[in-house]
Amino acid sequence: MYDSGQEPVRDNENRLSRRRVLGSGALLGAATAVGTTVGVGSGHGDPAGPEVLGAGGVDITLRVNGRDRALRVEPRVTLLDALRERLDLTGTKKGCDQGACGACTVLVDGERVNACLTLAIMVRDKEITTIEGLARGDRLSPVQEAFLDRDAFQCGYCTPGQIVSATALIAEGHTRSAEEIREWMSGNICRCAAYPNIVAAIEDVAR
Amino acid sequence: MKPFAYTRAHTVWDAVAAVSAEPGARYLAGGTEMVNLVREGQESPDRLVDIGDLPLTEVRVHGRGVRIGALAKRVHEHPEVRRRLPVLAEAGLSAASPQVRNVATPGGNLLQRTRCHYFRDVRFPCNRREPGTGCAALRGVNRNNAIFGGSEHCVAVHPSDIAVALTALDAVVHTHGPAGERVIPVEELYRLPGDEPNRETVLDHGELIVAIDVPPTPFAARSHYLKLRDRASFAFALVSVAVALDVRAGVTHDVRIALGGVAPRPWRARAAEDALRGRRFDDDARAAAGEAATTGAKPLPHNEFKVELVRRAVVRALSEVEGR
Repeated sequence: MYDSGQEPVRDNENRLSRRRVLGSGALLGAATAVGTTVGVGSGHGDPAGPEVLGAGGVDITLRVNGRDRALRVEPRVTLLDALRERLDLTGTKKGCDQGACGACTVLVDGERVNACLTLAIMVRDKEITTIEGLARGDRLSPVQEAFLDRDAFQCGYCTPGQIVSATALIAEGHTRSAEEIREWMSGNICRCAAYPNIVAAIEDVAR
Repeated sequence: MKPFAYTRAHTVWDAVAAVSAEPGARYLAGGTEMVNLVREGQESPDRLVDIGDLPLTEVRVHGRGVRIGALAKRVHEHPEVRRRLPVLAEAGLSAASPQVRNVATPGGNLLQRTRCHYFRDVRFPCNRREPGTGCAALRGVNRNNAIFGGSEHCVAVHPSDIAVALTALDAVVHTHGPAGERVIPVEELYRLPGDEPNRETVLDHGELIVAIDVPPTPFAARSHYLKLRDRASFAFALVSVAVALDVRAGVTHDVRIALGGVAPRPWRARAAEDALRGRRFDDDARAAAGEAATTGAKPLPHNEFKVELVRRAVVRALSEVEGR
């Protein structure tokens, strides 16, 4: 198992969940904090010099689902781990953790990306949308509704990634045929093989 | 994942200075390759220098061809690329998944590492990853490995699609490095493994690809990328073919054929080009080119099929481009 590079979880909401209890033991060992280096200006490039951070914890703000969320992460922490382990946004799933399955798909500035291939520190100035950000209160998004109507899942593990990816695909306009939908959903694997129903759900929304 | 420091550079100079100053520093662009390599242990940088803010994102058409910034996103969607360089647009679109293509960069694509299972799985010996440990692929499952250009030390395949297309377009990369600037043909960017498979490219430490230049050629506009893989999408090539063709009055005036998925670098099939040049562009010539494209192939125990696949793929790519 890979070391996820987490510092101990801090419970901002003063709430102890089952996954916190289960997860915290494994995470304690990985904690390191060597502080933040300060950037040094250079006479040749940017007058302000490059920004230099880490390798210890760095205070950053991520804008997720319309809210600014402050957290301290090491540069090695992926956006996926930051969302799941630090911000309690566990709707985004960790499948392969190497960009091959799409379970971790989120939107960054409206474009779908693999959160497992993105470092949290890389997207400080971006707008991040996760599966939790698609519904409006209790009202599901059209894609979420269509996945329910079409029974577009079995185990459901890949579903958040499928729905976020499908939401972007529809915005991109890649819905001219079932074939085009399949091609442009190729970054999302479903091992239950609910593909026909996923394509049908996307067609419903696109129509 | 091993801890590392992070630098975000805002100018090329700052980026080159930051990486050059530290042997353990590496560039970070889209992250789709580097984040995996660090997580899995093929790379263990002390510092990643994020170049995502550098002003290298433009695709520009000028008198001397098309200049593609090293950080240009989704180059395959650019209308001028689609019109002038179809082989590059097709290769770019065939690569990876929509999620990866949204952040991946041309420079990073060219410098991605091999997908050889034994390089990727750090539990196996690999001369490319750890010099002197041996090549597990030679005696392992080598179905995906090279039939051209390998050595007794390494039979890895370079996985880039656009590198194959760019090779067929006579493209060059522009670099900035600690020793200044230089221009390198894409084909010559990669070293064959020989007895030093760990030295993958001719780039020095700290040398950064800043742009790709595609010159105007009479064959670029009539070009095509054919990619054959184990599934219909989101997979690396078993064999791919980039063809670019200049046929005048039925006779092949000039042609480029480059192969992917078969060698440690984009593999220019010069014997196949010679079989076409100056001859009528017909079925016989295409069959001869397919045959010639396999010249010098040295298949491994599990990839003999690639030889026949190359032959057929070249014929098919040439037939498909004819109608364009």
